[in-house]
Amino acid sequence: MRKALVRTLIELAEKDPRVLLMTADLGYTVLEPFAERFPDRFFNVGVAEQNMIGLATGLADSGFIPYVYSIATFAALRPYEFIRNGPVLQKLPVRIIGVGGGFEYDHAGPTHYALEDVGALRMQPGLQVITPADSGQCRSALLHVHGGGGPAYFRLGKDDVYAVPGLSGRFEPGRAHVVRQGNDALFIAMGPAAALALRAADALSVQGMESTVMVVSSMSPAPVEDLRALLSRFPFAVTVEAHYATGGVGSLVCEVVAEHNLDCRVTRCGVTRNPSGEQGDQEFLNRLHGISPEHLAAAALEGSRRAAAKRSGSAVKPDDWRAIGFPASVEPVKAPPPAP
Amino acid sequence: MAFPHSPLFPQVTPKAVRRIVLEQAMRAHVGHIGSALSVADILAVIFSGRVDSVMDGSVSKDRFVLGKGHAALALYAALHLQGRMTAEVLDGYCGNGGTLGVHPERELDGVEFSSGSLGQGLSVACGAALAKRLKGEPGRVRVLISDAELNEGSTWEAIMFAAHRKLDNLDVIVDVNGQQALGMTKDVMDLTPLVPRWQSFGWEVRQADGHDTEALVASLGIMAKASGRPQVLLARTMSGKGVGFMEGQIKWHYWPLSDSDFTAAMAEVERAA
Repeated sequence: MRKALVRTLIELAEKDPRVLLMTADLGYTVLEPFAERFPDRFFNVGVAEQNMIGLATGLADSGFIPYVYSIATFAALRPYEFIRNGPVLQKLPVRIIGVGGGFEYDHAGPTHYALEDVGALRMQPGLQVITPADSGQCRSALLHVHGGGGPAYFRLGKDDVYAVPGLSGRFEPGRAHVVRQGNDALFIAMGPAAALALRAADALSVQGMESTVMVVSSMSPAPVEDLRALLSRFPFAVTVEAHYATGGVGSLVCEVVAEHNLDCRVTRCGVTRNPSGEQGDQEFLNRLHGISPEHLAAAALEGSRRAAAKRSGSAVKPDDWRAIGFPASVEPVKAPPPAP
Repeated sequence: MAFPHSPLFPQVTPKAVRRIVLEQAMRAHVGHIGSALSVADILAVIFSGRVDSVMDGSVSKDRFVLGKGHAALALYAALHLQGRMTAEVLDGYCGNGGTLGVHPERELDGVEFSSGSLGQGLSVACGAALAKRLKGEPGRVRVLISDAELNEGSTWEAIMFAAHRKLDNLDVIVDVNGQQALGMTKDVMDLTPLVPRWQSFGWEVRQADGHDTEALVASLGIMAKASGRPQVLLARTMSGKGVGFMEGQIKWHYWPLSDSDFTAAMAEVERAA
């Protein structure tokens, strides 16, 4: 996704002299094509994220469109109050690029994980918060937002490995996209977590359970109407995000369910505790924190069982879903603990 | 004289600024009076037009950022005296539904940046100065910060950036009144030696009496001649300047005026030259 970013920024900069790119000393082997093509419009401001947002505020106020780049947690959280008092309060077109959502910087450790960036930023009115699901959507989201007047935060993935089938690069602010249809379960994923939901859906399909998978990449403005329409059709929904369970898509879905009085039980699959002292790769950490495909499949089965019990009026017996069985490729795990 | 033209706004005088600061603080019964009086002379010089470096007709190409947003009342006074803010708007200071708070908002004509959170104004001013350079636009970017803002690490990020990028269209004025909210800077967070600190970061440093308008005009005039380095003017000031019982007193950072305080303060300001 970083390569898609730089390719798109070069394309934009060719046409629009207002485009600038700033980095807080990150982006080795990524940003060079832009820096070489536009040396006068590229600024490494040093390891100083607060100043970077302040500079971008002054530049945007003077008519430029600065894109500022860092690892997601450093881009979003270190200068949080600069973002709030600068581009947000003054409604300026600063584009904040945060790379690496969730556990993407796996072996770098917890200081490098972005687990609350989306939640913290989607509270800010007028700040677009976008979590592209793949490179194609990253490109279309960048192009879509570029000409707009207000600020935006993009949470981008590091690598260009996965394309969400059926998404075809679509992006629209305030809209969500259904990339798989099924009547037995509903998954709602924040951006790239769609990959996890689709793998869970594959595993469930082997069991004869067909899932709908919705991708939410426009976290703000939120796709409230798309969510409402879909959630009103399902008795349960499983949300998934590479983020704390509070503040992201799980919270958003609960907001929509509550505010529209929908009869839908929500299971939030997100990180629920501080990930310290637990090293591993991204897949390992996803599994450890309850956001693996196995956890999602288990949560959907649990949701389905509870829905069936509710329909029949019978009591819910714990662990019944294990009787359904899993294909050999998917190891059954316990359903995630309820989010706090 | 560094600037060839006469003041465009001769009515923006330190005395007139102080008078409005006291009247509005009294009417609204709010504090931050000491900080506003501390910068009254500096703002009067800048908003009188005496130091405008480049004019486009009667419009200055210079920009101004008030880093120390808590001195906004002095800025409102200057804008009102310039004729950019009506008496009605000014009288809405700290009122319900008005646009003037203790800290200034960008929605107002003449306010470049909504400040109030210390340590952000200099970064924004650096961005504005960089923008001027990228656009080949003449004029200065001036930013007035407090000495206590030098407690903020982000201010030093901006200080390093401006020196590294040789932003010589940027003029920083530090209101060195030696006090902050809860005490004297030497007791809270000692900033000395201030001159070598700025110099060692690559800045051209000047000092002046921040209440001597001729000295301020002269210093800002020299600074406006680009030198290849960013410039800072350490303006030595007194919090509460012009009202004897407020001068150098910590309590007048926040304290509002009583009726008798107001009468005495106004009488002293009127007596001044």
